[in-house]
Amino acid sequence: MLLIHCPYCDETLPESEFAYAGEAHINRPADPSALSDEEWRDYLFIRTNARGPHYERWRHIHGCGRFFNAVRDTVSDRFLMTYEAGEARPDLTVKEAAE
Amino acid sequence: MTTQRHEFDPTPFLVEELPWAPRFSLRVRPEHRAALAGALSLELPSKVGQRSTAAGTEVLCLGPDEWTILAQDADALTTASSAAYAQIPHSLVEISDREITLRISGAQALTALTTGCPRDVEAMPVGTGARTLFDTATIVLWRDDRQSFRIDVWRSFLPHVHAILDQVLVELKSGL
Repeated sequence: MLLIHCPYCDETLPESEFAYAGEAHINRPADPSALSDEEWRDYLFIRTNARGPHYERWRHIHGCGRFFNAVRDTVSDRFLMTYEAGEARPDLTVKEAAE
Repeated sequence: MTTQRHEFDPTPFLVEELPWAPRFSLRVRPEHRAALAGALSLELPSKVGQRSTAAGTEVLCLGPDEWTILAQDADALTTASSAAYAQIPHSLVEISDREITLRISGAQALTALTTGCPRDVEAMPVGTGARTLFDTATIVLWRDDRQSFRIDVWRSFLPHVHAILDQVLVELKSGL
């Protein structure tokens, strides 16, 4: 079982309290009717499918109930970091340099 | 003829259903927390999991903007809430009938909880609480003492949770 750090509870808790909620940092277009079908398809369905660090949303559904963002390595399944929703996409090179 | 002596605890833990009590769910944005706490004369802890007790009313912080209140005087609370509503936007919802509270206490209460709860319940400090899981049912777990817990279970999940606890009780009694 994965252990996930919830940035709101500030605790590292078992995976079964959490729910995965797709890729993070995808903004809904401000004016959907101005988009072409291809652009709208890309917004709805096309995802990065990253190999390595993946920015994704999680929800602490059986806990504080909050959505937050996480960076998970899709190869090793390790969580590199978690951060509150609304924060900018973190720069991983800065984090690596600090460690 | 030799007889085997068993020294199993005849009452590993006790499950009691607590009587009905008024329960409220309070949601307010963090910037209005202090003002609302003053208006309701409650202490609203800001850290998830922390509890406060004042004049028999218990407050548990479930999330950054969510609290559960076990009110001693429900009418006073709702009156204070509606008086403050215009100045301090918040939501106070009565949820007394949504959940049923069980008290689990005894020497092996911790063992009973670990059968269903994925959290490290032992590491949970006394006097805190949290929303978590028991098997597949969401519960609110309150740790009152080292070996005394309360769990709030949604009433439709109660037979399921109770059945698991009964099974655990039988197994612990028989020494499994």
